[in-house]
Amino acid sequence: MNVSDDLYQEIILDHSRSPRHYGCPLNHTHCAAGRNPLCGDEYQVYLTLDEDGVIRDASFEGAGCAISKASTSLMLEQLIGKHHEQARALFETFHDMVTNPGGDHDTKVLGKLAAFSGIWKFPSRVKCAILCWHAVRNALDGKTTASTE
Amino acid sequence: MNGTDTTLLDIRDRFPCLEQQVHGKRLAYLDSAATALKPACVIDAVTQHYTQESANIHRGVHHLSEKATASFEAARETVRAHLNAAHTHEIIFTSGTTDSINLVAQAFGQLEIGKGDEILITEMEHHSNIVPWQLLRERSGAVLRVAPISDDGDVDREAFRASLNERTKLVAFTAVSNALGTVNPVAEMAAEAHAAGASVLVDAAQGVPVQPMDVQALDCDFLAFSGHKVFGPTGIGVLYGKEGLLEAMPPVKGGGDMILSVTFEKTTYNALPYTFEAGTAHIAGAIGLGRALEFVSELGYAAIETHEAAILADAFEALQAIEGVRLVGTPSRRKGIISFLVDEIHPHDLGTILDQEGVAIRAGHHCAQPVMAHFGVPATARASFSLYNNHDDIDQLVAAIQKAQEIFG
Repeated sequence: MNVSDDLYQEIILDHSRSPRHYGCPLNHTHCAAGRNPLCGDEYQVYLTLDEDGVIRDASFEGAGCAISKASTSLMLEQLIGKHHEQARALFETFHDMVTNPGGDHDTKVLGKLAAFSGIWKFPSRVKCAILCWHAVRNALDGKTTASTE
Repeated sequence: MNGTDTTLLDIRDRFPCLEQQVHGKRLAYLDSAATALKPACVIDAVTQHYTQESANIHRGVHHLSEKATASFEAARETVRAHLNAAHTHEIIFTSGTTDSINLVAQAFGQLEIGKGDEILITEMEHHSNIVPWQLLRERSGAVLRVAPISDDGDVDREAFRASLNERTKLVAFTAVSNALGTVNPVAEMAAEAHAAGASVLVDAAQGVPVQPMDVQALDCDFLAFSGHKVFGPTGIGVLYGKEGLLEAMPPVKGGGDMILSVTFEKTTYNALPYTFEAGTAHIAGAIGLGRALEFVSELGYAAIETHEAAILADAFEALQAIEGVRLVGTPSRRKGIISFLVDEIHPHDLGTILDQEGVAIRAGHHCAQPVMAHFGVPATARASFSLYNNHDDIDQLVAAIQKAQEIFG
């Protein structure tokens, strides 16, 4: 196990230093908070869906560790342009990848998110990687807060 | 190592947990403020209880029960002697500091605290010395006041004094801050509280492991601590209370051991300390705690304090010398604990990288979110030191922080 290979890959460090889709938009149709009360991580995720249910825009803001920030940034890159049902399916695939190393993950679907494929080796950090995924799912479900501990 | 007393020369050999490697590296355990490692003598005492005298206490007429009862009560006497309490029945076994403080909030709360009465705490308290008083406030209509801390991390004594008044019924504060390492002048603060007519509870969870806590010299009315932070087992703790107060307080948990007789019409309660010890106690835990306190006494606080002061000074200097490391809190007196931040690295990321280097620290809000809020940070990294730490641990910490800086650089 090596932190640089399994956890802090360059792409993760890059997205934590310079998160994409960062900031509060003027308009959005869905939003939810992602909070981890034990860590103090706190994010807000904003989604704009069109009438067909396609995520046209997404952004986030907040504070937390490199893993949670990079995961959110990379997630939003993937979600923009996807139908919300595809977003939910991607959540399941990502969740399975970070929690079930023996699973058969479709890395093609995950794209850059495959950078998190080694995080299961760091059980205390899995919750950081999926924090804002929960927020997105809650936002789509009309809930306003997601929490992982 | 500088300033190390020869008493502690081979001390690491007495802690079996230190023999292991973590991720293939030597273990630098710098999280004793969360829980201290256990010396072999404590582990042996617990094992001895379960292998030789596993029985319930205070009720059996058989041999094992008598032995277990004697060991359990001997542990209580050890605690009494350690705290220099006037009476053995002033020592109540609880599950830990949190349980002890909640016991006071319940029982003393029922006895003394009503609508408009005031409870004074400080801004540096652990959540377990905040939330029980908030619950009491909800129940009683009392007022909870908070004495602020300075930007150095000391209690603002002027504000503390100004917060005391004739409505103040209880002042509850920590002996040593778990987030900043600040050592409070317990005797002085207790005297000021008493002058205002208030009772005093001291949270000694971080105090008992690092310094003598003589309840008569400090003149506190209650003192709470946990076994596991002072080299004892988890799940056992102590509430010391002055006899007069304990006798006046109503029991808060009913059950076996705390009664003399029970009918459906009327129950007669047992005498102190059993009034507050309903149900089967953590017998092995109490015995282990007794052995842990003997261990501390055998080494002596003088040797422990000398060693820890030297380690802390070295750690302080080493951390300050790393570019990009910022210490959180610069209290006038500090023991055992340093909170710090590394530029551009979140404490949790730092904690993970340090762990890979065999260095165990705590990262988070340390159950003291008001302290974090004071310093405007969501979390810090915390290194805490105990009698088994040495200069190699500090070198390993420094190298691991530099590695984290390389990764994040």
